[in-house]
Amino acid sequence: MTITLTPETPRTFRSQAGWAIRDTWVITCRDLAHWRQQPGAVIANTLVFPVMIVLMFGYLLGGAMTVPGGGDYRDFLMPGMFAMTMVFGIGATVSSVSADAARGVTDRFRSLPMTSSAVIAGRAAADMLNSAAALAVLTGCGFAVGWHPHRGAARAIAALSLLLLLRFAFVWIGVYLGLRFYPNPEAVTAVRTLEFPIGFLGNPFVAVSTMPAWLGAIALWNPLSSTVTAARQLFGDPIGANSSWITSHAIIMAVAWPLLLTAVFFPLSLHRYQRLSR
Amino acid sequence: MDTPAIACEGLCKRFGSKTALDHLDLSVPQGTVHGLLGPNGAGKTTAVRVLTTLLRPDSGRARVAGFDVARQASQVRARIGLAGQNAAVEEILSGRQNLVMFGRLCHLPAAAARRRAGELLSQFALAEAEDKPVRHYSGGMRRRLDLAASFIVAPRVLFLDEPTTGLDPRGRNEVWQMIRALAAVGTTVLLTTQYLEEADQLADAVTVIAAGRVIAEGTPDELKTLAGGDRIDVTVRAAGDLAPAARLLKARLGTDVRIDHEGRELSVPVTDRLAALTQIIGSLREENITAEDITVRRPTLDDAFLHLTGQQAPGRTVPAAEVTTP
Repeated sequence: MTITLTPETPRTFRSQAGWAIRDTWVITCRDLAHWRQQPGAVIANTLVFPVMIVLMFGYLLGGAMTVPGGGDYRDFLMPGMFAMTMVFGIGATVSSVSADAARGVTDRFRSLPMTSSAVIAGRAAADMLNSAAALAVLTGCGFAVGWHPHRGAARAIAALSLLLLLRFAFVWIGVYLGLRFYPNPEAVTAVRTLEFPIGFLGNPFVAVSTMPAWLGAIALWNPLSSTVTAARQLFGDPIGANSSWITSHAIIMAVAWPLLLTAVFFPLSLHRYQRLSR
Repeated sequence: MDTPAIACEGLCKRFGSKTALDHLDLSVPQGTVHGLLGPNGAGKTTAVRVLTTLLRPDSGRARVAGFDVARQASQVRARIGLAGQNAAVEEILSGRQNLVMFGRLCHLPAAAARRRAGELLSQFALAEAEDKPVRHYSGGMRRRLDLAASFIVAPRVLFLDEPTTGLDPRGRNEVWQMIRALAAVGTTVLLTTQYLEEADQLADAVTVIAAGRVIAEGTPDELKTLAGGDRIDVTVRAAGDLAPAARLLKARLGTDVRIDHEGRELSVPVTDRLAALTQIIGSLREENITAEDITVRRPTLDDAFLHLTGQQAPGRTVPAAEVTTP
């Protein structure tokens, strides 16, 4: 006797949407399982690196730093570090997506009667929650070194939202790169090592006006820089005097850049995911 | 009941310039265990990926459990189980948490997913370790959990892609027992394997493929018959005796002699087993060649594989996992 539990095949749009949400939630919980299983390790991993950098730049190098236009370097640094945490998220997304694809986990999910897109949607949701948590931890760390928002809670929340919007765009870059390079672990590692150059080619650590003109131009148009400047403005931190068009439109650009990146990389990610069956 | 569990006709799949499947035909009756054998790169995994809806074929048709894999993928997915080459289970979750998660993704209600996880843990002899994280499991336990995960909805058709690769003999035996138990309740199993012994032990019928097309089909016994009649294997003591012994046997018996240098072994096909045995012993003694061992045997699937593909079976040499260091 075989016990036959044929799973229900959803027919109506409502039940399909319901299953899609439930499946996404199951995958999100799975992707966040390490929070429950190894909370110590998670906190250590999210905390150690950013905190180390805050201390290194804030205290070791910070003494030699002057912010053009005036202001405290640690106040200048904190929004940059928030944005760098979003950048580090790219590597985390790439690693998890490529590991799942390489280990056959993605195939196992795709062979189940679940909503296929939930694999990616769950990953995105889990990464956003991870980054929100990392942001909360780093904010606490900022308070500990004497940083705080100067322009009220509403603007601070707006700044944090802009940072998460950037992270949302990075999720799709990460998913795309993870699916693109998963058969090749060296390429995955290479992608991760690019995080720092991307960060330094922007304004998280130093003001672009201190760079040679051509380099400064690249750094200004780095999408990361708009988010950092917008966050500095909204937190009331020094922005490092700059009169360029893109700096004076930082908040608009901090919305436009992530939307543009998402518009490019979201379809590319879906395309890559569908290509798994080709 | 008469429709085959798996039926495919003329499946083709190319990756760039490489042909993975070249008009593959396959028919597996319900409730049987079918072995898919072939050298590395023959297209075994590609075939499994097409049949489990993971890969779209370029041309050809395939039906699994009565549904078309390309046009009715979700109906197929609701009726199959897949255990791939890697144990695709979550390392940091416990065995139970893994099965509950897969149960939820198979759209079982929470309570049913928990109940099913409990049943599977005892069925697959994992109940004792059910709350331990999978990273503490042995290779065999991990595979069993992977099998259990592919069995959540009690699939009509179960696809196992090299289910015992990398396992030690004990782990392999455990997995074999599970596969037999699943087959005993009427599940159709398609099994790819590198180990011919595995196909011999488990499969009702075997398809041998090479370069993406079928080159032989039949029961393990039929395939062995293809490889010819009985054989006598002679292991010589000194490696230097191998060549003279081979020339001697070829001259006396008038047949081709297969030489295995690593095993210092000669293998000859024979018709009258006893006469040939007496003759071989006599000839070796005359030439002062010391034999360590002489065996008379029926052909194995290895012989059939060699005969059909002109290649040694990939899994013929002892896998590293089986080598025990004293």
